[in-house]
Amino acid sequence: MSSDTSRILTDPFAVKNPLTVQVLGICSALAVTSQLEPSLIMGLSVTAVICVGNVVVSLIRKMIPNKIRIIAEMVVVASLVILVDLVLKAFLPDVSKKLSVFVGLIITNCIVLGRLEAFAMGNKPVDSFLDGIGNGFAYGFIITIIGAIREIFGAGSLTIPGMGKVKLIPESWYEINGGWYSDNVMMVLPPAAFVILGLLIWIQREIWGRKHPEMFED
Amino acid sequence: MAEHINMALNSIFVENMLLAYFLGMCSFLAVSKKVSTASGLGVAVIFVLTLTCPVNWLVNEYFLKEGALAWTGSEQLAALDLSYLRFLTFIAVIAAMVQVVEMFIEKTSDSLYNALGIFLPLITVNCAILGASLFQIDREYTLVQSVNFGFSSGIGWFLAIVLLAAIRQRLRYSHIPRGLRGLGITMLVTGLMAMAFMAFAGIDLKGN
Repeated sequence: MSSDTSRILTDPFAVKNPLTVQVLGICSALAVTSQLEPSLIMGLSVTAVICVGNVVVSLIRKMIPNKIRIIAEMVVVASLVILVDLVLKAFLPDVSKKLSVFVGLIITNCIVLGRLEAFAMGNKPVDSFLDGIGNGFAYGFIITIIGAIREIFGAGSLTIPGMGKVKLIPESWYEINGGWYSDNVMMVLPPAAFVILGLLIWIQREIWGRKHPEMFED
Repeated sequence: MAEHINMALNSIFVENMLLAYFLGMCSFLAVSKKVSTASGLGVAVIFVLTLTCPVNWLVNEYFLKEGALAWTGSEQLAALDLSYLRFLTFIAVIAAMVQVVEMFIEKTSDSLYNALGIFLPLITVNCAILGASLFQIDREYTLVQSVNFGFSSGIGWFLAIVLLAAIRQRLRYSHIPRGLRGLGITMLVTGLMAMAFMAFAGIDLKGN
């Protein structure tokens, strides 16, 4: 793999992270992350939509007139999201219920449109596919971290796909059973999502900011 | 009446589009650096939400819902369930409405057009708009409720973005760790705002 291709894959995880650096697609990132499982599924759904969308748009990029390119891209994305929604409804009805309108909102997820505009419109299908994988997984990676933190501290458990709810905090620790521990209910509520993302951004900038000072906003 | 006021208060404060459902975050973070631009975008969002919610409601009621096409009188059409086309139709309606609103404002009020300027086209991809349309279908609102919901959600969004912009203007003069500047501190402040808005959660006019 040449260094260019590998950078397409790895850059989104750190220096060009769509969520924490480019501030794209925040809505869904915060809304679905109260548990681990929906976060994982959302990450995969978005990855699927970006990858296929990138390839499709990249294939037809020379046929799309410049003036109506946004509408053309929206149609591609909306059709893909309908597919994802139907697949989720058919195979994972519970998760689909939990994600409710947020599957539909992948259409207006700025990461998707941003990648189509910024990358797929000017690059070959293979590169666009890799770009989709990189950005999709980078997005999924961050929301999975947020989901895991919120669920561990908010409910003391993790819902891992295929294994159901796994309790991490021993029952005897809880106050009802005579222990000292109680779940932080705030973690499951919206404000915690903002705070955790804010702290993740801080950590990430401190780590990578030394090498890439352009990540700091002054 | 009390029911409608309750619903309005609920969508403005308790179930604030931004702070409780995280809808429209991208433009919320990008355009909240100055109060004047933030309120411009806020007004545009109120405007578009109030219009698109009822229009999408009508589209869903008379075209997309299961059996919605019964008014045509044809049995074959009445048997159709087009609800899977919802995303595509709604986003198309929103894009078209935004375009119409833009043309209308351009013709009627120059000052408003200049104030809203670049924000109007951006609103098409604001998830608060699409989100509100999808929520009202999910929650099975009536037409009147849908108008109310669109308008008051817009007010809530406006309120949140103007408040954040005011705080951010002040933050510019404070000493913040380098890595936290910009996006990081904005997220933390928004978190605190969301906590404050949660205090409204007990309000319910129906209850007493």
